[in-house]
Amino acid sequence: MTTNARTLGRIPFHVVAGGLAVVFLFPLLWSLWASVSPQPGTGQTSGYGLGNYRTLLDYDAGLVRYFVNSTIVSVLTVAVTLLVSLLGGYAFARFTFPGKNVLFLLTLAILMVPYATLLIPLYVLLGELGLQNSLVGLSLVLAMYQLPFATFMMRISFESVPKELEESAMVDGCGTAGALVRVMLPAVKPGLITVGLFAFLAAWNDFIAPLILISDSQSAPLPLAIANLRQQSMGAVDYGATEAGVVVLAVPCLALFLLLQRHYIRGFMAGALKG
Amino acid sequence: MHTKTIRRPATSSSEGVPAPRRAATSVKAPWWRSRQAKGLGYAAPTAILVAVLFIWPLFLVGRMSLSDWPLLTGYRGYNTPENYDDVVSSELFWPAVRFTLLYTVIATVLLIGLALVLAMLVQESRRGVGFFRTVFFLPSALGLASAALLFYGFYSPTVGPVSGLLQELGLSDKPVSFLGTPTAALMSTVFLIVWKFAGFYMLILLVGLQRIPGEVYEAARMDGASRFQVFRSITLPLLRPSLALCLLLCVTGSLLAFDQFFILTKGGPDNATVTVVQLIYREAFQRMNLGTAGALSVIVLLVLLVLNFVQFRGLRDADK
Repeated sequence: MTTNARTLGRIPFHVVAGGLAVVFLFPLLWSLWASVSPQPGTGQTSGYGLGNYRTLLDYDAGLVRYFVNSTIVSVLTVAVTLLVSLLGGYAFARFTFPGKNVLFLLTLAILMVPYATLLIPLYVLLGELGLQNSLVGLSLVLAMYQLPFATFMMRISFESVPKELEESAMVDGCGTAGALVRVMLPAVKPGLITVGLFAFLAAWNDFIAPLILISDSQSAPLPLAIANLRQQSMGAVDYGATEAGVVVLAVPCLALFLLLQRHYIRGFMAGALKG
Repeated sequence: MHTKTIRRPATSSSEGVPAPRRAATSVKAPWWRSRQAKGLGYAAPTAILVAVLFIWPLFLVGRMSLSDWPLLTGYRGYNTPENYDDVVSSELFWPAVRFTLLYTVIATVLLIGLALVLAMLVQESRRGVGFFRTVFFLPSALGLASAALLFYGFYSPTVGPVSGLLQELGLSDKPVSFLGTPTAALMSTVFLIVWKFAGFYMLILLVGLQRIPGEVYEAARMDGASRFQVFRSITLPLLRPSLALCLLLCVTGSLLAFDQFFILTKGGPDNATVTVVQLIYREAFQRMNLGTAGALSVIVLLVLLVLNFVQFRGLRDADK
């Protein structure tokens, strides 16, 4: 009787959740299917195959180039974000220095300023610094936008490491840098992975910053290149190549997410607790 | 080769420094060796990045908004308050403000509503819950631009699956244009956003739900409260901080909407879906006027600061 009631009680859950799951999965599966299925006016006119990916491979500067651009931007952004937030987090968690609180508040204040508001002056500023249209300039801007979350995350990571660990390293003759590299680094590794993951995804996926800061189609990262592909073909949009591009963009993100689910959740918890 | 042999002794002698250095601190350490200075040193990269890429542009945008500043020829002197007059009297300004607000209200209500349903659905651990949590969250792992490009094909009357499906079901006798009318374009974009972000907000609400102690629910059940009563007088109030955070993120994000409209509708049909941020982009890169783009940016920044301030006050009161 009780088992029966429990099974019955479970049916609505599975019907509702299952129905919603179909709605959530369907567009993803459709784009995968559309990228390999035949459509008139695409690189794949009959039968299933990789024709759309071949179109993408040869489009303008070439898929490989765009993929490399995106990889450069993402790796640079992750590297800068990790380095700056590692040192900054250490400073904010373990040291007192003049201007500490002001600097921390200013870093968090980046969150309060809308993306688009800063990008127009950044466009002018990077021009003055000779970094216009450069992947390095773009990466620095993307890293700056990661700082509020990254610094906050690294600060709480360092604060949760017991002080004794560091002190014993100092007694053994380590300087602060030695203590940081030898003792603290392993202890804050989960924080670093979370920060790196979020920085990678943000850099890989960002659209508006390259749209404004990159004017040369040779230097465009993937999202911008694929959006341009759609706008360039007058009248007829190559939907097949567009969906192939979506798949190329999505696969690294979905793979990383499935691989590092735990760190994802940790990041959101940090965000939620902050509120 | 030569330099190496010279440097070698130098490094090895500095390796031997720790002991004498510690002795020196107890006598009189130079300021740059103090712990304060070291902290400052570790914070220096942050400070440089914040100063150069955040503070400086903030000043620059203020100056831009007060100047005659064509994109191609550069700064041409102050023209206060011409840019602000131009922005506010521009034909597209008030329609863009109205549209952005409308979009924000609709997107926020639907998004947080669905996220709450999803979170309640997957909060208990039972068989299959892990799978559903992952599936609901999966679209959040995608970038917004990728998601918008995906739906650009998905909504297409020729290749998209939905239009054909509606025709086969007899719900429409001709291909459905999801982006063809202002209302359809708005609702199609809202659907994209709900699909993309519901899992993200679900996760925040899930964290909130799991922080509600089980004893509270047990006590309510002992008192004979109905499921709806429990939801209304226990779940909702205790979830308020998490809901407030979702609200803050969602309202801010929607007011700054750009990617989704830029990719899906390009502001059309007939400028019906131009958001405020799109207007900034158009002023700067289509009308090539950094002055008005700057003025619009400053207006957006001030409105958002006030809004965030009010919402933060609300958040703090919710905690009390």
